Amino acid sequence: MNWGAVRTIYASEMGRWRRTLLQSVISPVISTSLYFIVFGAAIGSAIRAIDGVPYGAFIVPGLLMLSLLTQSISTAAFGIYFPRFSGTIYEILSAPVSPVEIVLGYVGAAATKAIVLACIILATATLFVPLRIDHPFVMALFLLLTATTFSLFGFVIGVWADGFEKLQLVPLLIVTPLTFLGGTFYSIDMLPPFWRVVSLFNPVVYLVSGFRWSFYGKADVSVFVSLGMTLLFLFVCLAIVTWMFRTGYRLKQ
Amino acid sequence: MLETRPVHREEAGATADPVISISGVEKTYATGFQALKRVDLTIRRGEIFALLGPNGAGKTTLISIVCGIVNASAGKVVVDGYDIASDYREARSRIGLVPQELTTDAFETVWNTVSFSRGLFGKPKNPAFIERVLRDLSLWDKRASRLMTLSGGMKRRVLIAKALAHEPSILFLDEPTAGVDVELRQDMWRLVRMLSETGVTIILTTHYIEEAEEMADRVGIIEGGEIILVEDKTALMRQLGRKQLVLHLHAPLQTVPPVLEKHRLELSPKGTELIYSYDTNAERTGITALLRDLAEAGIRFRDLQTKQSTLEEIFVGLLRERA
Repeated sequence: MNWGAVRTIYASEMGRWRRTLLQSVISPVISTSLYFIVFGAAIGSAIRAIDGVPYGAFIVPGLLMLSLLTQSISTAAFGIYFPRFSGTIYEILSAPVSPVEIVLGYVGAAATKAIVLACIILATATLFVPLRIDHPFVMALFLLLTATTFSLFGFVIGVWADGFEKLQLVPLLIVTPLTFLGGTFYSIDMLPPFWRVVSLFNPVVYLVSGFRWSFYGKADVSVFVSLGMTLLFLFVCLAIVTWMFRTGYRLKQ
Repeated sequence: MLETRPVHREEAGATADPVISISGVEKTYATGFQALKRVDLTIRRGEIFALLGPNGAGKTTLISIVCGIVNASAGKVVVDGYDIASDYREARSRIGLVPQELTTDAFETVWNTVSFSRGLFGKPKNPAFIERVLRDLSLWDKRASRLMTLSGGMKRRVLIAKALAHEPSILFLDEPTAGVDVELRQDMWRLVRMLSETGVTIILTTHYIEEAEEMADRVGIIEGGEIILVEDKTALMRQLGRKQLVLHLHAPLQTVPPVLEKHRLELSPKGTELIYSYDTNAERTGITALLRDLAEAGIRFRDLQTKQSTLEEIFVGLLRERA
């Protein structure tokens, strides 16, 4: 293993984040805080508790998941897309670096950034709503698995995209709607039976449900199913990344 | 500059020890365009090898394959004894690449981007070495500048610094002086010679023939994806180089007098110059006989000069022959 290269890519990506720290941190913190104020403090006070959890606190895991997904995807996608766009990818391809090392560097940095942001948002949430975490280790596991999985997914998008607009396409058109419809703001038990079944095809339901269980011990689906689905998506992303490097898809002619 | 054993050019250039062996390499892109057709080429350790060819001849594709940026469709490349596919780490760790395009991370500083390149090769940090590379390339004062603030020439220097950051023993320069000013070109040539003196093998692609003529030990000519010639530069110029004797006449001529026909002279359009072409390697160049016949014909001249074919003329001649 060329750990030096992994460290170098990781440090370079984290350095890029540090250069844009203000907009990288302030923007998601402000937008999530707005959710807490509007849905938690304002509207939330008029909504009854769900499974015994006050509405403001109920939406925290879902909002954290929304931030985790969008940040993981956009950071990892931009991280690999930018050298492709600027042409500096030649340097990575001509260095004695294996695909595993490249992925560890880029995906590791994106996942780190997403987890740090999630922790900041979690800390912000405590200012607005009463919060408890029943299973902190499971929460940390879900944080790590989700950030890693969706950073891998972002890496796939970054390799696939052939323009900046495509980098935004998947997060805006797929991930955000799936998150909003994935039980972020409600329990899927509140839906009519037909839509409840439809929701089970939404992978984000499993992420939000498992994550919420780690906070309040309440879940829409079994936590093991949530964990299994997260791992399944992780392996799907790994398989796609492996295929991309094997075939050189949009990386190597 | 590099921490390698100093080697005399003669010692380095004279060795036939191959450092890169390219055999049967072909490349057909997904579009169906065949960029390389069975290329066989050997680069000797320590030499400066110039790969010449017109635009689209396959120079960059060949370099990209050796460096790992493009996959070959067929064939084998061995770098310093290591196969570029199965032993890619060992092979690539020996190679530095200066790409043709000015591809830089606009937001990075010079220092960071050069350090990044060293790190990618798994080399431990060595600020003293990076400083030396930057000083050698007149980049030290710009070390804290972001790349987007640098001129094109400075960016070119940064790309060279990045390629040298991991102390490679083989350096590829893909069109290193394309679009750079005369001063930078001279600097590049000086740098290449300096690196060569430390034992670094240098492969440069160019379509500036004078670049190859100035620096190369050997020249390869690629055209239409095929290597059409590989030759020692001086031998190439000796073998293919024609020399011309130009006689500036006192009085213009309408035609070449019949008595001089056997010398196959050319008359310039204004009739003021007679041009005699001869082979420098021939046992008899025919110059003595020509001068004698000119005197007998009463043709006087006020000046004469000889002119050697340049590599460019040789190159154009070779391509014309194939067309």
